[in-house]
Amino acid sequence: MTETTPVLQISGLKIALPKGSDRPYALEGLDLEINPGEIVCLVGESGSGKSLSAGAIMRLLPEPHVHVAEGSIKFRGEEIVAKSETEMRQIRGRDIAMIFQEPMTALNPQKTVGWQLDEVLRLHTKMSRKERRARAIEMLERVHLPDPPSAYNAYPHQISGGQRQRVMIAMALSLSPKLIIADEPTTALDVTTQLQILKLIRELQEQEGAGVLFITHDFGVVAEIADKVAVLRKGILVEQGPASEVLNNPQHAYTRALIGAVPALTPPPLKVPSTAPVVLKGTGLKKTFAARGGMLSGKRKAVTAVKDLTFELRQGETLGVVGESGSGKTTVSRIVTRLLECDAGKVEMDGKDLLALSPREMREMRKHIQMVFQDPMASLNPRKRVVDLIAQGPIVHGADPAKARADARRLLELVELSPASASRFPHEFSGGQRQRIGIARALALEPKVIVADEPVSALDVSVQAQVLKLLADLRDRLNLSLLFVTHDLRVAAQLCDRIIVMQKGEIVESGPTAEVFANPQHAYTQKLLSSIPGRDWTPPVIRTDAA
Amino acid sequence: MSFGLPPVFAYALRRLLQAVPVIILIMVATFLLLKLAPGDTVDALVGDMGGADAAYIARMRAEYGLDQPVWVQLWRYMAKLATFDLGWSFVYEQPVSVVLMDRLGTTLMLMAASLSLAFTLGIALGAIAARKAYSLTDNLISTLGLVFYATPSFFLSLLFIYLFSVKLGWLPVGGIKTIAGFYTGWDHVVDVALHLIMPTAALSLIYLSFYMRLMRATVLEVADLDFVRTARAKGAGEFRLMIHHIMRNALLPVITLLGLQFSTVLGGSVVVETIFTLPGLGQLASQSVVQRDMNTLMGIIFLCSIIVVVVNFLTDVLYARLDSRIELA
Amino acid sequence: MTTLDTDLAPAEPPRLIVFWRRYKRNRAALLGLALFVIVLLMALTAGIVDPGDPLRRAGAPLTPPLTDWATPLGTDQLGRDIFSGIFYGARISLMIGVVATLVAIGIGVLIGALAGYFGGWVDDVLMRVTEAFQTIPNFVLLLTLVAIMGSKIEWITLAIGIVSWTAPARMVRAEFMSLRGREFVDAARNLGVSNASIIFREILPNALPPIVVYASVLMALSILLESALAFLGLGDPNYASWGNMIGQGRSVLRTAAYCAVFPGIAIVLTVLSFSLVGEGLNDALNPRQKK
Repeated sequence: MTETTPVLQISGLKIALPKGSDRPYALEGLDLEINPGEIVCLVGESGSGKSLSAGAIMRLLPEPHVHVAEGSIKFRGEEIVAKSETEMRQIRGRDIAMIFQEPMTALNPQKTVGWQLDEVLRLHTKMSRKERRARAIEMLERVHLPDPPSAYNAYPHQISGGQRQRVMIAMALSLSPKLIIADEPTTALDVTTQLQILKLIRELQEQEGAGVLFITHDFGVVAEIADKVAVLRKGILVEQGPASEVLNNPQHAYTRALIGAVPALTPPPLKVPSTAPVVLKGTGLKKTFAARGGMLSGKRKAVTAVKDLTFELRQGETLGVVGESGSGKTTVSRIVTRLLECDAGKVEMDGKDLLALSPREMREMRKHIQMVFQDPMASLNPRKRVVDLIAQGPIVHGADPAKARADARRLLELVELSPASASRFPHEFSGGQRQRIGIARALALEPKVIVADEPVSALDVSVQAQVLKLLADLRDRLNLSLLFVTHDLRVAAQLCDRIIVMQKGEIVESGPTAEVFANPQHAYTQKLLSSIPGRDWTPPVIRTDAA
Repeated sequence: MSFGLPPVFAYALRRLLQAVPVIILIMVATFLLLKLAPGDTVDALVGDMGGADAAYIARMRAEYGLDQPVWVQLWRYMAKLATFDLGWSFVYEQPVSVVLMDRLGTTLMLMAASLSLAFTLGIALGAIAARKAYSLTDNLISTLGLVFYATPSFFLSLLFIYLFSVKLGWLPVGGIKTIAGFYTGWDHVVDVALHLIMPTAALSLIYLSFYMRLMRATVLEVADLDFVRTARAKGAGEFRLMIHHIMRNALLPVITLLGLQFSTVLGGSVVVETIFTLPGLGQLASQSVVQRDMNTLMGIIFLCSIIVVVVNFLTDVLYARLDSRIELA
Repeated sequence: MTTLDTDLAPAEPPRLIVFWRRYKRNRAALLGLALFVIVLLMALTAGIVDPGDPLRRAGAPLTPPLTDWATPLGTDQLGRDIFSGIFYGARISLMIGVVATLVAIGIGVLIGALAGYFGGWVDDVLMRVTEAFQTIPNFVLLLTLVAIMGSKIEWITLAIGIVSWTAPARMVRAEFMSLRGREFVDAARNLGVSNASIIFREILPNALPPIVVYASVLMALSILLESALAFLGLGDPNYASWGNMIGQGRSVLRTAAYCAVFPGIAIVLTVLSFSLVGEGLNDALNPRQKK
């Protein structure tokens, strides 16, 4: 046993997929080495095979459908592929631990946090009940959970998402494993929480000297945490090297395209004059939700989603509404489109208060304010053909159906989709393509304002870049006014002329994006900006044909 | 989560307040519906007697209040019902409540036996089938489940009687105890149990297949969830996963089904009790329909509704006890 | 090189073909379909196989099966031909299964859709009514309805529909409650589509697959309910019914068990075919995501 023995050594790993999949191998010839105390990021977009490689190391692939076909995985010099299930069970949780993406679902909802921490110790040690409890509470302390004894007795649903992820980390680290596999551990978290968790992983990993395999799709996170980077594309390792090399001087075209797609944190200069006419104006908007307490209880708690919100959107401008989950930003998009009835306030357009209109008048006005939704799968009726989806709005508003369908085909071209796809159903398209259809549907009514609620957050980076580019093009060409809701500050920086920063239903800061980014005034804005992963890394400007 | 008594009481009270309008609705609707039926109790009685003169019939109608407008009759019935007075059974010549109480025990016994058999065996077989999904064992269990599901209880009852009573002579053909057996103590218990074996099996198999199929499906579903993967990554073995992680979560929908289906099982007892001549509420129900004993029929509906409400309440409490995410209030 | 986001995947074959491909993957479902076709053929050809009244005397009472070609499955204690009774019984079973299911689904969809889409007091009122129906054991309610309306086949069918609508209503309500919050419904509202259009054109088509699957369960349950009624002697005496044949067979169980066994097997196979077809539909309409 010497210092130089790598914790993990993968060579020529090939993972076979079941017959009839889109490709025969999920992973083709992966070579990877992780040394003690090293964080290696495995980067790739969805479908790259990055999560299956974690499954292979843990020997938790859904066999026999998906299995290791070739190659070797050596953990501290010992071949994992050859181990028996009993041997593997001892290794899992003790020598190799895992942290998952969804803190909501990764813990058993029916067992307390303490019980689940205790389970690892019970499985792998001969400690007494008392010792185990002490150890568990010590671990909860090490992951900086407030009040560890009461967290020990809590059920997962009683603590927040970030805290749950801390519990997962405590569980993973409680036996000082030599290798930690973290599969997108911060993807489901807000930026500020994400930074805290990344710091925590770094801190504990340094204390323990463990090797970490960190799986992510986010180059910002890579810049934040990685020592080494490996880039996967459709199961093939395209590039590998020290983090600074790969991030700043990528060699492979795919890496270059991916990095080129990461929005830079430098907002464009303000180009819409503040004299442009106001097209949409919200004044004193308020919304409170009556939330039920428990499933069987009649208690109702009121949650304020938006309190006293005022904003102006000018012709040709993109106004970003930025905030973390629970900030009320999505509620704003639903109030102004009146998908949600507001408690108080006015939304003015053409001198009319949208919130005061009768349902019939509102239906008429809807053609002026259209929406692009977050989830490109859920926002298109799966039982309608694309052409009908796009033509539906004009037809409802009295257009001739034949003409509306002909227009719909032209709109498909406008969003860069083949008109031949008009008679297909939504599930035959990829996520980015579906979002293009959503944009075409919004444009079909030639609205004055488009409200976009997180339109690119469900998409892979390279696709995200293409959709954002399309949106920016269309905005400039058609002189659209956009109300753009997003949690992603990088996206906001790229697209928005002005932004509103929201926290707990209130605007904490607003102004031209460039100014807010350069010189944030409010403490919360400062915290948000300083939490952006990889904020100190400026992606190199790379020109590629694709991005 | 603490499970002190007060929240349960508060919850019970709220549920009671919710159940009362439902039961009133049921009773009013049944009362009015039965009034729509051609002929009333007096017609049925007179028919049994082989005819009577018009004056006598009118006197009887007046005596029972049947000459009053429907609304008055309804009001009187509901007012009496509020004091749990269910009226008089002209067929049994006893208060309906006495007739019902005589029969309640048998039915409850049959229900308890059938449901516990169906539930325990159902979840056990369902869990085994799911663990060995798509294997020979699974196919065997699943096929058996389909056949149980497709076999009507009355046909199954006849098959049982033919096989175990007629051909093999192992089990009594009907009744709740041996007539003129005069067993006491332990012998009595054994005697009743022997009489209940076939009815219980006949009533429970179809529900057993329900629980089994649901359990198999939910175990397969839960086994795919993230927290099971977490437990596996911790190094937990398959048995531990099954007991602590999968079953614990998969049981919940099955318990919901148990509560929802209770009233259907109670309905199923009508046929089984009739075939095995068990003196229970189900047999009473089919007899009351044939004999047009409307007061008794109303009484059965009232009693069954109350039993169903109580059982649903108990399953909800059980559910809340098992599901950490729900707090009673 | 990154693939361009706008490249299309190859087009899929028409939906009906996809549906059939998925359906036939389940071999048990194919067996179910075959059984169903046989029962359907029996129902359709009953008049050809035996043009007479199945309730007439066709031979010596209690002729055992396979002894007389005129009555291949034997006769019952009144000399009625069991073979032709089974063919005519298929008619009644299928007819009642289909009509009662339509009644139940019709009521259920209407109540469930209104309760689920509008919520609030509409939901409260409709759900109380549903609860009331669910609280009375369904067979007891069925007996009561038959006591009131009489044993004519039309009324029996309607009564079976009335005691069976609560489950589909709850199901449709749950579907509507989850679908009404989906983004595509918001998208339609945002285009200015009316409530009625949203309910029937946007949500209902998406709520249909589980309803179709449940319809096959309901058919099976309706057939079981009718046969149980007939078994107790409360069915329509003017039609041959499997349940009634078993009920009659009960009194000669000791000597001529076949009188009850043949119609019993007919019920089991018919109900089995519906459950198998239901499972096949479920696989074909709600495919689970491949892992």
